[in-house]
Amino acid sequence: MSDISVEEINDKYIDVLKEIGNIGAGNATTAIANMLSLKVDMSVPMVDLTPVEKIGSIIGSEEDIIVGIMLGVETDITGSMMFLLDLPSAHHLVNRMMMRDPEYMEDFDEMDLSAVKEIGNIIAGAYLNALSGLTNLTITPTIPYVAVDMAGAILSVPAIQFGMVSDNALIIKTEIGDDLGISGYFILMPEGDSYAKILSALGVPI
Amino acid sequence: MGQMIKVGMADLKICKPPDNLTTIGLGSCIGIALYDPVTKVTGLAHIMLPDSTAIRNNSNIAKFADTGIQKLYDDMIAAGASKTRIVAKIAGGAKMFAMSGANASTINVGEKNAQASRDKLKQLGIRLISEDCGLNFGRTVELYSEDGSYLIKAVGKDVKTI
Repeated sequence: MSDISVEEINDKYIDVLKEIGNIGAGNATTAIANMLSLKVDMSVPMVDLTPVEKIGSIIGSEEDIIVGIMLGVETDITGSMMFLLDLPSAHHLVNRMMMRDPEYMEDFDEMDLSAVKEIGNIIAGAYLNALSGLTNLTITPTIPYVAVDMAGAILSVPAIQFGMVSDNALIIKTEIGDDLGISGYFILMPEGDSYAKILSALGVPI
Repeated sequence: MGQMIKVGMADLKICKPPDNLTTIGLGSCIGIALYDPVTKVTGLAHIMLPDSTAIRNNSNIAKFADTGIQKLYDDMIAAGASKTRIVAKIAGGAKMFAMSGANASTINVGEKNAQASRDKLKQLGIRLISEDCGLNFGRTVELYSEDGSYLIKAVGKDVKTI
């Protein structure tokens, strides 16, 4: 099995990754909708190869405060994944979970951050289940870690991860919409030969 | 009125008064500020990774501490700065997520970036006069060419000048 780089992921692979993104994000959205009894729909994911220098501004301004939830991915494939929410979306979800006034916008306390982690757990779990089901690979998430900070700073983490092997990063953008509007972004960061494993498990010739 | 010139990720720029330099949202990356107090030649690099020799894909020299600082230094000299007068300040190198275990080595690249920056400055004989590195939050920095002051802004914290 050859080691393929991000650059070698051509159109054919992009389609496959888009489909994974679609199913994974669909699963994740359903999980969130069930948990919070929200009516949720989801945009068709966009899979983009973004130059690493530009990752900081994929969501908005680099100085905008966002919420990043990061998990390691282990067992058959290794790497990490990140789920990103803009601040209003994160407040909205936490308020729903805590059954609080939807307008409540105070800074997150410890309890709120636990709730954010739990959202991350559910979303990442659903996403990885879909990927695992499609590929027959065993994929185990680690516990989630959360950061609330400038987009540029949070996104420097995937920028560096991708930057070690490539000048580009593969980003799966999914907008999860409900009546109030939530936008979320997934970034899957497979390491080493994990891309090749995913693609060959799906029967894509490499 | 001078311009506030933006330095992107894996980027470096130099300026002179009245212009100033900024880079937004340093996470694990490092913002390396070089300054010659006499000619007021001012330079800022935003590096992402410690070592260009450890990575196959290393065409963008501004991405790495070793090659980025070298290029910034060369550009400063070419713009009239004196080797003996250039001083440095660094900021960034945070650990944005408190991850441990198998993924920790790549996540903790912030500390490695800071150390690689210090090492490269030492090798070039540049005096590091102050730094604000580590911890777990992002930093936006502004470097002023008039006096070399280096402003550090972080979410929910007071502005700090080093």
